[in-house]
Amino acid sequence: MKLYEAASVLRSKNSGPFEITLDALFTDPLLYHKIKDSGIISKPLISKLYRLPEDAITHIVFFDQALGFKITFARQISSGTFLDRDVYGAQQAAPLMELEVDV
Amino acid sequence: MNEFTILAPCGMLGYGFPKASFLKGMEAGPDAIVVDAGSTDAGPHKLGAGTAIVSKQACKKDLELILTGGAAAKIPVIIGSAGGSGARVHVEWTRAIIMEILEEHNLRGLKLAIIWADIPPEMVESKLAEGKCEPLGSSVKPLTSERLKATNGIVAQMGHEPIIAALDAGADIILCGRAYDPSPFAAVAMRQGFDPALSYHLGKILECAALCADPGTTKDCMLGILREDSFLVKPLNEKRKCTAVSVAAHTFYEKDHPYLLHGPGFVLNLEHCTFQETGDGAVEVRGSRLEETPVYRIKLEGAMKVAYRTFGIAGVRDPLLIRQIEQVEELVKDQVREYYSEIPPDTYAIHFINYGLNGVMGNLEPHLAPSHELGVVYEVVAETQELASAVCSSVRSTFLHYGYEGRKSTAGNLAFPFAPSDVPFGAVYEFSVYHLMEVKDGRCLFPIDYEEVLP
Repeated sequence: MKLYEAASVLRSKNSGPFEITLDALFTDPLLYHKIKDSGIISKPLISKLYRLPEDAITHIVFFDQALGFKITFARQISSGTFLDRDVYGAQQAAPLMELEVDV
Repeated sequence: MNEFTILAPCGMLGYGFPKASFLKGMEAGPDAIVVDAGSTDAGPHKLGAGTAIVSKQACKKDLELILTGGAAAKIPVIIGSAGGSGARVHVEWTRAIIMEILEEHNLRGLKLAIIWADIPPEMVESKLAEGKCEPLGSSVKPLTSERLKATNGIVAQMGHEPIIAALDAGADIILCGRAYDPSPFAAVAMRQGFDPALSYHLGKILECAALCADPGTTKDCMLGILREDSFLVKPLNEKRKCTAVSVAAHTFYEKDHPYLLHGPGFVLNLEHCTFQETGDGAVEVRGSRLEETPVYRIKLEGAMKVAYRTFGIAGVRDPLLIRQIEQVEELVKDQVREYYSEIPPDTYAIHFINYGLNGVMGNLEPHLAPSHELGVVYEVVAETQELASAVCSSVRSTFLHYGYEGRKSTAGNLAFPFAPSDVPFGAVYEFSVYHLMEVKDGRCLFPIDYEEVLP
């Protein structure tokens, strides 16, 4: 299954002007825990999907109460200045959507 | 007081909300109305240029209901981060709208507090020199004294302290400059002795109003009810309800970490919170914790002008050109640079965005297959608007007629949706200050002015 189908919310957003944060939220606790326990969501994976050096990824955290996880990475260009392409950072989730998860 | 009720009309002052939801909220007998008006989300332009995020018309429409409602119920109204960026010009813009409304509705005898959040650059410079002002995040550029000089005003995000001071002074309306978004909500509850952790966590949720409900929106009202060891969030529109997951998930929203939230002088730790549905569309939250930091740090924001921009938008449909679009764009750049050989090359930059190829994600795009048609944005930034427009005009005409390898459609390469095609767009800004500065306490940087309106 693709992560896009598994998650009920899969979004990206600015977290301040210098970071992008990706949120995946689920409605089915079983599905959420399977993905969490599989260990697939990792720095090497995000680094590959987003063509980013691993040290640009500042957080990968699961929050059980929300049935969701969050990934945060540094922007190469800060929000809304020359060479930026996504001021609100709201359209950066796509590479994660295609991810195949084994659930 | 066992319970304290806050009405949050909308997630951003000027975004609008259904009057029916607001009136239902007022019927619940709230102790305060609090609304956030600020964000850095729209980029550095608003702070740099001194403009607002919403129109005056929209801001006034929302404030009219809020101020008349607050005055009739004799409860305080607090506005956080006035005008979007909370600098002097934004606060004055909002103050003028408030005065207009008070006069038009003949609302008399109210005390208005204005809390300023502008920080003198000299203070930032000396804190930098002392090593007490650090960039927030690895991609923030170092703040040199040149960049500081070029910065168009600096604001700091206030915490609850100055807002509590204004409430203590008996203010009916509190207009805050830049504030940490949850602080105006937290302040009004903390002043009544409610737990700071619960107050701030409730503030974090209410600052986006009904965004934590299902379906979520920033354009509807929300009620927050604080108790001794929990708080409730409750939608005011039958179309929405809160669920344990919708409220927990909102704790996630637009933060770098799902449950550690950094505020002025503290860290909010929500790791062990519980979220419980009460059966009537509300959710009760417990277990929020707040730890004061050993040193009080406050977040600074400042923007500087980096260039002027002129741009145009065009479509490309010729498959032969689409296949080699990036190479052709490089050749166009070279030809323009050669043509303007008398202009120092470091005084301007040419940039293309190819929508349909990697327009949204740029270098991060893993799927580099062009669509059958591309939207091309050609952009020139330069030291002056005149230079940006001159170079942009040359980029457009060179691109339009460029004789790329194998071309058959020799009449022109670009489909322009508009005439004229080039748009002189004004100044481009960037966040030059995005720093954490050590301060003595949360009160010292934020002077308060009071005025009695129409006694």
